[in-house]
Amino acid sequence: MHRFHILIAMDSHTIAQGARAVKDALVQDLTLAGLAQEVRVVETGTLGIYGKGVVMVIFPDAVYYAGVKVEDVAEIISEHIMKGRIVERLHYRDIPAQEVRVDEKTPRIGKQVRVVLKNAGSIDPESIEEYIAEDGYEALGRALTEMTPEQVMEEVKKSGLQGRGGAFFPTGVKWGFAAREKSDEKFIICNADEGEPGTFKDRLILEGDPHSIIEGMALAGYAVGAQQGYVYIRGEYRMSIQHMQMAIDQARKNGLLGKKIFGSKFNFDIEIREGAGAYICGEETALIESIEGKRGEPRNKPPFPPSVGLWGKPTIVNNVETLANIAQIILKGASWFRGLGTQNSPGTKVFTLVGNINNPGLIEVPMGITLREIVYDIGHGIPGGKGFLLAQLGGTTGGILTSEHLDLPLAVDSLRAAGAGMGSGALLVVDDRQCVVDLVQNFVEFFVHESCGLCTMCREGNGRLLELLQRLTTGKGVAGDIALMENLASTMMRGAFCGLGQAAPIPILGCLRYFRDEFIQHTQGVCRAGRCKMQASDDTAAA
Amino acid sequence: MPNLNKVDTIVKSYENMRTPLIYILKDVQNEFGHLSEEVLTQVAKTTRIPLSEIYGVATFYSLFTVKSKGKHIIRCCNNAPCHVNGSNEVLDKIKTYLGIEVGETTADGEFTLEYTSCLGVCAVAPVLMVNEEIYGNLTPEKAVAILKDYKMKGSVHA
Repeated sequence: MHRFHILIAMDSHTIAQGARAVKDALVQDLTLAGLAQEVRVVETGTLGIYGKGVVMVIFPDAVYYAGVKVEDVAEIISEHIMKGRIVERLHYRDIPAQEVRVDEKTPRIGKQVRVVLKNAGSIDPESIEEYIAEDGYEALGRALTEMTPEQVMEEVKKSGLQGRGGAFFPTGVKWGFAAREKSDEKFIICNADEGEPGTFKDRLILEGDPHSIIEGMALAGYAVGAQQGYVYIRGEYRMSIQHMQMAIDQARKNGLLGKKIFGSKFNFDIEIREGAGAYICGEETALIESIEGKRGEPRNKPPFPPSVGLWGKPTIVNNVETLANIAQIILKGASWFRGLGTQNSPGTKVFTLVGNINNPGLIEVPMGITLREIVYDIGHGIPGGKGFLLAQLGGTTGGILTSEHLDLPLAVDSLRAAGAGMGSGALLVVDDRQCVVDLVQNFVEFFVHESCGLCTMCREGNGRLLELLQRLTTGKGVAGDIALMENLASTMMRGAFCGLGQAAPIPILGCLRYFRDEFIQHTQGVCRAGRCKMQASDDTAAA
Repeated sequence: MPNLNKVDTIVKSYENMRTPLIYILKDVQNEFGHLSEEVLTQVAKTTRIPLSEIYGVATFYSLFTVKSKGKHIIRCCNNAPCHVNGSNEVLDKIKTYLGIEVGETTADGEFTLEYTSCLGVCAVAPVLMVNEEIYGNLTPEKAVAILKDYKMKGSVHA
């Protein structure tokens, strides 16, 4: 019997801050102290605390420690474990909201609700037993023994769940397109090619709760009549790939993947396919091309993947976060799900809060929360007493929000009205030390790098935009450059082949709309923020 | 002269996988260090996929390389979340320290410097990756200290 459980966050963020060494020291010191039988050290997913070094929580006391270094381990053991005294200098009190079931008295703190992230940071993601103990695979069991495929699909439709990859297309409706196709094979693909800058929600779901994805995919397979699933994960996400593979192996061993699952006639299996480094492969048809072993260039649509997808067969491509919602919708019902969020945007949304923010990280909030609540309540505002300049929501192609939007409810319809979208859920906060023109140049450099080169609009358009911006940020711009950029950007929106080229101009046009003065100043050789190295032109130098 | 029989073994190990070209190229690159023309020609022969198509794939994805690289590959992120947290200053310092530009390899063959797309650890921005290890909350000085460690020990972990 273990007296203590120490859950140490072992995710990509904490590992980048030395979590492995701390965990090794913990295990070693506990063993030396003869406490190995009394204290269990569990590697868990994200604990929801970021940028604060290595973090851990000790149960049953539910005490969080942050910024733990190898040299602190001995003190935690001698004080907390042996004497029951909290090590105050490492004690972290600003804990995120969680359904902490180990200690029922722990209150829910703040404005966060955990549906998708309910297990991340509270179970050992490498243990199928711990997932099952939290009602894991119960939805799948119930669906296969008590529900028809149509009923499963109906429940997802009624829930109003919209795709969390960025397009917010109703998931149940998408499934319906594939379900009515007649085919010898159909496929379910989990899109885990998370490459949108500032986005790491899928990474932390895959690292922290991989079984929820397997269960969601199996339910999708049952609903549309597919027997094979693929998880397409970015090649750079090594830990996600490892945890997912381990989860698949465990599910197979326990009969939760394979033939005749739960004694039903339903067969379903999952394979991982790794990406090889291409942002465009997050686009679903490019992703399919990549699984087919080709260059990840998008396909012409229609036909859409639910009719003609992988190897020409009906295919559903769903985002990681979308799939992580499915089992809970089946288990708790569509009306429970509709009780969260707003009427037109039910459920929660996982955001990644990044940029110039005091408390960055992964948060899960009900749809409809305001930007102000996220930036100032959950994110604790902007460091160094700087002012809020702008926020970009949804990744590099996301719309621009300014201080006038701070009280805008973040839901699909209200954002659309403001010319923005939720996209991937990345929320980049930018403080007033930054230069807008320099920032836009950074966005465009990204598009130049990530354009697949297929269509002229995106390949050449972004290239020319970069040239114009480079002129502005070096003091060589002229007054006509701004109109030229606007013209080019709006032409790209209309003429580019796929979503990347069409969306790339969104933040550029947004910045031009709200910060036009700053662009004009650059044509006059002035950078408000002093970031751009303005070289005086020959004329001015002579004068 | 690379041992091209290894290519055949790798291709054969994927005979049960549908459309495995990307997996084959990954293994082949691991084996030979980079995807040279000679090696890709052998992949084309064994898989019966046209060389032009294989070359197209090998040059499309950023994790593949058709040129040889240094012992340690430094991948710096300069996407917006890192950018607003000072990644340019980090990169400039690394360039000065190594005396190379992005895309180049040091004369001693130790380091290749590249950009990476977002590594998904933006809450500890700015970040960089050396080989498979990620380092966060960087300052220019910290970045140089990390590279010094690699230089001294060949390989080191935080």
